[in-house]
Amino acid sequence: MSRRADLRQRVAEATRNERVLQAVHQATWRKADAREQSFAALRHADALREKAAQIRRHTLENLPEYLEQFVEKATALGAKVHFAPDGPAACRIITQLAADRGLRLAVKGKSMTSEEIGLNAALEAIGVRVVETDLGEFIVQIDRDRPSHIITPIIHKDRREVADAMARELGCPRTEDPAELTRIARGYLRDIFRRCDLGITGVNFAVAETGTLCLCTNEGNGRMTITRPRVHVALLGIEKIIPRLANLPVFLKLLARSSTGQPMGVYTTLINGPRRPDDPDGPQELHIVLLDNGRSAILKGPLREVLTCVRCGACLNACPAYRNVGGHAYGSVYPGPIGSVVTPLLYGPACDDLARLSSLCGACRVACPVQIDIPALLVALRARAADRQPVGKRLLLSVWRRVMEHPWLYRLGQAVLRHALRDADGGWVRTGRGPLRNWTLVRDLPRPARESFRQLWEARLRDER
Amino acid sequence: MDARAAAGDDARMDVGIFITCLTDTFFPRVGEATVRLLRHFGCRVHFPPAQTCCGQPAYNSGFHAHAAALLRRMPRALEGCEFVVTPSASCAAMVKEHGPRLNGVDAGDIGRLAAKTWEICTFLRDRLQLDIAASLRAREPVTFHYPCHARGIYEVADLQAWLGRLDLRLPTRADLCCGFGGLFAVDFPELSGRMLDDKLDSLAASGARLVICNEAACTLQMAGGAHRRGLPLRFRHLAELLAESLGLMEAET
Repeated sequence: MSRRADLRQRVAEATRNERVLQAVHQATWRKADAREQSFAALRHADALREKAAQIRRHTLENLPEYLEQFVEKATALGAKVHFAPDGPAACRIITQLAADRGLRLAVKGKSMTSEEIGLNAALEAIGVRVVETDLGEFIVQIDRDRPSHIITPIIHKDRREVADAMARELGCPRTEDPAELTRIARGYLRDIFRRCDLGITGVNFAVAETGTLCLCTNEGNGRMTITRPRVHVALLGIEKIIPRLANLPVFLKLLARSSTGQPMGVYTTLINGPRRPDDPDGPQELHIVLLDNGRSAILKGPLREVLTCVRCGACLNACPAYRNVGGHAYGSVYPGPIGSVVTPLLYGPACDDLARLSSLCGACRVACPVQIDIPALLVALRARAADRQPVGKRLLLSVWRRVMEHPWLYRLGQAVLRHALRDADGGWVRTGRGPLRNWTLVRDLPRPARESFRQLWEARLRDER
Repeated sequence: MDARAAAGDDARMDVGIFITCLTDTFFPRVGEATVRLLRHFGCRVHFPPAQTCCGQPAYNSGFHAHAAALLRRMPRALEGCEFVVTPSASCAAMVKEHGPRLNGVDAGDIGRLAAKTWEICTFLRDRLQLDIAASLRAREPVTFHYPCHARGIYEVADLQAWLGRLDLRLPTRADLCCGFGGLFAVDFPELSGRMLDDKLDSLAASGARLVICNEAACTLQMAGGAHRRGLPLRFRHLAELLAESLGLMEAET
């Protein structure tokens, strides 16, 4: 089956999964409302978003310089910085690190970038056990599922499914009580934390001026992941740089508000190099893996604005299309509005049809803390893929254009449509044919008016006073 | 007042109607209301017959050569009008916001058209300085749908202000998309239908049966969905309600 038919079918199937969609509806609406309320309570919210967008755009315009500065500062703090041109290279760097040091048990903080490069599978292939420590990711992992949201990986699961997975995989008594489930997971993970030797995290922001890594989490697992094991690997896309430490508060004010409506994340961790001799804890080694994986190419292209994204997930929560299909239907690591821009850019034109999975309503743009014009980017991607649309659709559009170019043909077209739909039941078409079939699959179509406006104008309206 | 207002008939504003293809074909009454309102408030109204479609469906779905071909026709079709007024905010946005960025369209031509193009409600409010809210009447509670593609033309708060003196039943999430989205509606019909269900649920829960919707495409989608589900919702353009309120049109039942 073609990839295109595949997407259409995946979407159609997803829209029938009531259980998942109910969970996604509840969660996205709750988070979107919380976001709105927290921004309403924030003074100068729009000025703050404007400032954040400016900082991100400025950084990207000067990315080579800021990257260089970051590498210099981070290295001076004792970190080892690696460059990975693509996903496989990043996986090789990290697996090699693990193999060379005989590391066997890795704990992970939540990282979409690691999902992007398939890091868990690469580590497991060389015999390193990887345990996700973010509660949502932990449940995804034990249930052999995939995350369906970049911030809330189990947004598609209800508590029954979580309870089933925990009881089955951990052998604990079955309970649906979230607090109890959390306690069980915590107990399980404590033991893992005691024994682990490798910690892997993503990074929310990397400060060029100081070489600092900033990590924002809500569960405290990030902090455990970077302090318990003897080696910490931080994986980040090259676009995660911000110029100065003083820029950080701008983003900290926006990030959690956009994600969950919290004024700030519960744990904000600033990492300045590995453990120093007088530090009570921390890893002996800190490795920072800077991932390109297509980002430089995006930066040179017309859609570079997408790289200003801070991965807050607000656009997913705001999107009525995401709400009605859930994340898995996108078939990509990054779902939702931003995912439909990022995925075709990272994985190539075969994914371009994702850009069509949007009504362009603009709720994403309104929610975006760095003011990315996601609908405009989606339209640009659609334009790049227009020539690869199905031939029937292209033909239809060409005919439509010819008709619209000639007022007499347009009038004829109106008359033909009116005639074709003359038998409409009580003025409504219930089962359309040809191009109208997909319309009447889910809604009726009113008959065109007996008299079009231009007929009305000529017959009466023009001379009326 | 300037001299023109005192000078009588010759000094009236010349307004060209940009009716848009969907309104022309499916909702001529909205066009009629627009004409009557403009005349009522002293404009001389023209309907340049060379106009067809602004190209928005092609633009949104990425067929930009087609969109440019149609948009290029617009400045010529609407040449000579001092103002161009349309009942559709999304078509206004196509001309004013997307058009100038489209390859293959003369920047000067489209720029001049963009500058003189107005959506009807904002034209009445900003150009003719009318208090829409003060003139609107309705015999029943009303609710409203905010068309997504009106962003940048008017906001939810504007619509709410215009309807503010009616028995207004605020819908939850007034700016929730109806799920139309141009070709999206037929590319992913099941998804478009689910989004439509969310929208109709929100409107139905408002308690009002009369829905103000100023966008023909959204009305096509929502009225079609309401009819399929048997919901007792009726959809009106604000221009229709205003023309009815001023006695310029018979109230439609």
